[in-house]
Amino acid sequence: MMVFWEGYALPALILIGWILLIVVPLLVGMALLTWYERKVLAAMMLRKGPNVVGPFGLLQPMADGLKLLMKETVIPSGANRAVFLFAPVLTFTLALVAWAVIPLGQSESGIWVLSNINVGVLYLFAISSLGVYGIIMAGWASNSRYAFLGALRSAAQMVSYEVSIGFVMITVLIAAGSLNLSEIVLAQQGGFWNWYWIPLAPMFVVFFISALAETNRHPFDLPEAEAELVAGYFVEYSAFPFALFFLGEYINMIMMSGITAVLFMGGWLPPLDVWWLNWIPGPIWLGLKIAFLLFVFIWVRATLPRYRYDQLMRLGWKVFLPLSLVAVVAYAGVLLYAGWLPA
Amino acid sequence: MLRTVRTVLLWEIGVGLWKTLVYFFKPKVTINYPYEKGPLSPRFRGEHALRRYSNGEERCIACKLCEAICPAQAITIEAEPRDDGSRRTTRYDIDMTKCIYCGFCQEACPVDAIVEGPNFEFAAETREELMYNKEKLLANGDRWETEIAQALAADAPYR
Repeated sequence: MMVFWEGYALPALILIGWILLIVVPLLVGMALLTWYERKVLAAMMLRKGPNVVGPFGLLQPMADGLKLLMKETVIPSGANRAVFLFAPVLTFTLALVAWAVIPLGQSESGIWVLSNINVGVLYLFAISSLGVYGIIMAGWASNSRYAFLGALRSAAQMVSYEVSIGFVMITVLIAAGSLNLSEIVLAQQGGFWNWYWIPLAPMFVVFFISALAETNRHPFDLPEAEAELVAGYFVEYSAFPFALFFLGEYINMIMMSGITAVLFMGGWLPPLDVWWLNWIPGPIWLGLKIAFLLFVFIWVRATLPRYRYDQLMRLGWKVFLPLSLVAVVAYAGVLLYAGWLPA
Repeated sequence: MLRTVRTVLLWEIGVGLWKTLVYFFKPKVTINYPYEKGPLSPRFRGEHALRRYSNGEERCIACKLCEAICPAQAITIEAEPRDDGSRRTTRYDIDMTKCIYCGFCQEACPVDAIVEGPNFEFAAETREELMYNKEKLLANGDRWETEIAQALAADAPYR
């Protein structure tokens, strides 16, 4: 009994505690993100945005969530029930699971991360690639033309942009000399000029734009293009399954911002290596960086019109892919030639 | 050449982003609706009301001109002589779900009895609530008399 308790039950409980510690702020953050998006978007359109429910409209996402929970889940008669209901769960779970490897901060006792694995980047890459399955399943199981077209577009889009994301990640790996996300962050120590966004500036831009495409955000939101596909792959979803999709999508946005922050903006590190900035805990710095990147996500949405499908494919395959490929070779060459390769 | 450089540097997108950022900090034009309301013209055609004279006598003389002119046939009037011999309506109904708010009834009225007032917030949860009868219309008249009188006075010079 004692062995069971100390060997299995207690570590499991602690692990669940850690997971909750990550997931709960994440869900709250996601709720706030919907509010944030509506507010920023409204401000850029000279509107006020939600301001009635709670102070500054902060409780609006709660009201929206409650509304979604109270509604009826409609399952189309032609739909494949099991797959139809599993798709949003998959999307949501995958969006959460990726957070296991994102390092949140650091103290004397070590790095604050759920699992400090040495293939963190690969893990993230794998998870974000799997994300497309939720969308394809949703589009196929809905048995609707709009949903199916949305899913097809989404699949093609995510696959195309993952290629360049992969190459961009490789340049970061070459520069940092590790696949471990914590070590990538630590390689950027010493102030914001050491963060990879300056030495790897073109890659930073390519990565960010690909992240927009990867999360199906404007201007690459073809999968859910309201004008032509109504809502794309989740047309047929209502109530809670829809809420799960929504949650998954927004958590994916936070996650892509998190990855960008870790790879290019020094993760949990403060912008200057001075004691009073170091005194502020890492998760807050990471949160600020994520909030800034999310602002840019929304900012881009407020600015740019939607790409046409062929433009999207052209940008992915004819611009980003060659660019990132050349960049991998160029960065590797420069690092090797100058002898700056990390040991 | 310059064009290529601009494309690579995302120049146009930068300009666009700058524009939206400027707008982000501009004062907002939204009216905070339930708490703030925009100005209404004196000619605004809102919810109907039946007016009274200042001595409390109802203006309507049951001439049925409004009923006749109503293009949506939303008005139904029945009339009988009252005990004192004057001609009055016994029934004056407006189906607000049929009404198209054209204002012909108030144009047709020889005694300014039926008017469309400034109220536009009379949404109801059931259809039945929008079948207005004489009591409801007279009550509206009593409730909105000040505003209606002001609007009519303000618009009078242009008629």
